[in-house]
Amino acid sequence: MKAIMISGRTLAQGVACENKMSADFLAATSVCSLSQGDYQQLGLLEGKNVLLKNGFGQAVLSARSDPGLPAGVVFIPMGPWANALVGSDTGGCGTPQFKGVEVEVEATEAPVLGVRDLFRDITKGVEA
Amino acid sequence: MIQEDVICSFCGCLCDDITAEVEAGAVSRVRHACRLGASKMMGHDRIKGPMIREDGTLVEASYQEAYDRAAQILLAARRPLLYGWASTVCEAQEKGVLLAEEVGGVMDSTATVCHGPSVIGIEEKGLASSTLGQVKNRADTIVFWGCNPAEAHPRHSLRYSSNVVGRFTPLGRAGRKIVVVDIRETRTSKNADKLVLIEPGSDYEVISALRMLVSGKAVIPERVGGVDKADLVALAEILKRAKFGAFFFGLGITHSRGRYKNVDNALSLVAELNSYTKFVVMPMRGHYNVAGIGQVLAWSSGFPMSVDFARGMPYFNPGETAACDLLARQDADAALIIAADPASNFPRSTVQALARIPVIQIDPYENPTTLLSKVVIPSAIAGIEAAGTAYRMDGLALRMKKLIDSPYPSDEEIIGQILESVKRQREMSAGGAAR
Repeated sequence: MKAIMISGRTLAQGVACENKMSADFLAATSVCSLSQGDYQQLGLLEGKNVLLKNGFGQAVLSARSDPGLPAGVVFIPMGPWANALVGSDTGGCGTPQFKGVEVEVEATEAPVLGVRDLFRDITKGVEA
Repeated sequence: MIQEDVICSFCGCLCDDITAEVEAGAVSRVRHACRLGASKMMGHDRIKGPMIREDGTLVEASYQEAYDRAAQILLAARRPLLYGWASTVCEAQEKGVLLAEEVGGVMDSTATVCHGPSVIGIEEKGLASSTLGQVKNRADTIVFWGCNPAEAHPRHSLRYSSNVVGRFTPLGRAGRKIVVVDIRETRTSKNADKLVLIEPGSDYEVISALRMLVSGKAVIPERVGGVDKADLVALAEILKRAKFGAFFFGLGITHSRGRYKNVDNALSLVAELNSYTKFVVMPMRGHYNVAGIGQVLAWSSGFPMSVDFARGMPYFNPGETAACDLLARQDADAALIIAADPASNFPRSTVQALARIPVIQIDPYENPTTLLSKVVIPSAIAGIEAAGTAYRMDGLALRMKKLIDSPYPSDEEIIGQILESVKRQREMSAGGAAR
């Protein structure tokens, strides 16, 4: 399913944002909210995950239904999982486009990566 | 001991009515703060001490060793980036400007992944500004556009905007018209009289349509950005009928297609509304002192962010000198990161570029940037363990108290020590060369 991804602040993300290596931060930010219709269309249930991907990257997130979201729009709290899907281009103004990102969404059996695992391929070089 | 009127160092609201109880050198209880502020003030596991990466592993070091190693990295770099600065006080930021000048670096703040487009938009158009006190005491119509203060600035509505009772707003929420414009329903929109749902990325078109309607030109399409013309006509009337209107906007505008042009357009709408009534506009700044780093950089260099000192004079060109651009182009060859976590908050390919250069991290807490860092220097938490000045989102400067003693040095001290080490090592190498 094609969708538009927006990332943004949430209370839970804010509470955990100074404690990013914690389980609370993982739980607060590795979540993808979908409209009720999209959630049903993808056959999602509580505890199920979704794989989001585009030309910039991909991320596995736990799925949640949000009645306040319009069809075709998915929301991810700001953080490294959302930013796996964001491109580096700033359009000449210094700021990447964190909202309005085209993504492909599908249900998946793959697990959500913890924060250290999410950065594993990046930190490999630093730790070498 | 109970400390009254403590200023919260979480978000740009800088709530100054917090009560903190201090027992045995730690904050034991916080009252009046929101969940965000309370979680920060109560604290949690800290980085134990300074660390330097040796053979791929971070190992303990002394503070002096960490300062000297940081200085060596900055001295060896041709284009160092000094990034972050939004969650620390102005005194540390001032020292940062001196360090950036000394090493010929680029100094950039987290504004560039937040309200940077607002800063550019304000430079283009100007800002019909006010204090939050004026909004509290006078505003009868409030617009929240692309922002969700109920989650990002939880006490904004209770202290400054929609729900507060002010001198000329005795009815509080009941006496105000609250409008939310967003692409989705939010906790903030549940408190609104009118919710206007627009299509993602259509802010510029919708604002343009409103500007047409406000100026009396009704020649707009039947639907703009997914909104019916009749709805926009009604919204334009609400805005014009305000006695004192306040327009708050967030990252819904700055992070979407159009970015700074969206802001420019929103500021233009508010400027034009002042032909009919009194209207003010304000970005909902996130980090508690992100407004402060803009002030400090502006008064010391003439530019509010992304300032390049490499030429021996300040140079500013976001898109070229912003942190994300420098990293994405692989221009920066070292980075000092203070009070920020770019590994979490930058696009992933930009983080990959950051991981390829030596990174110095100054922060109270471990975060994903720690995983990429060559030098880690733990610091006191400004506003709790160190005093200093911070600027509220409306530009009001407030003095933050020190509540408790800390074994950690302040950000100001750390930057000062690195600066001293840079100068010392430069003199030593110059002396060595002369001999």
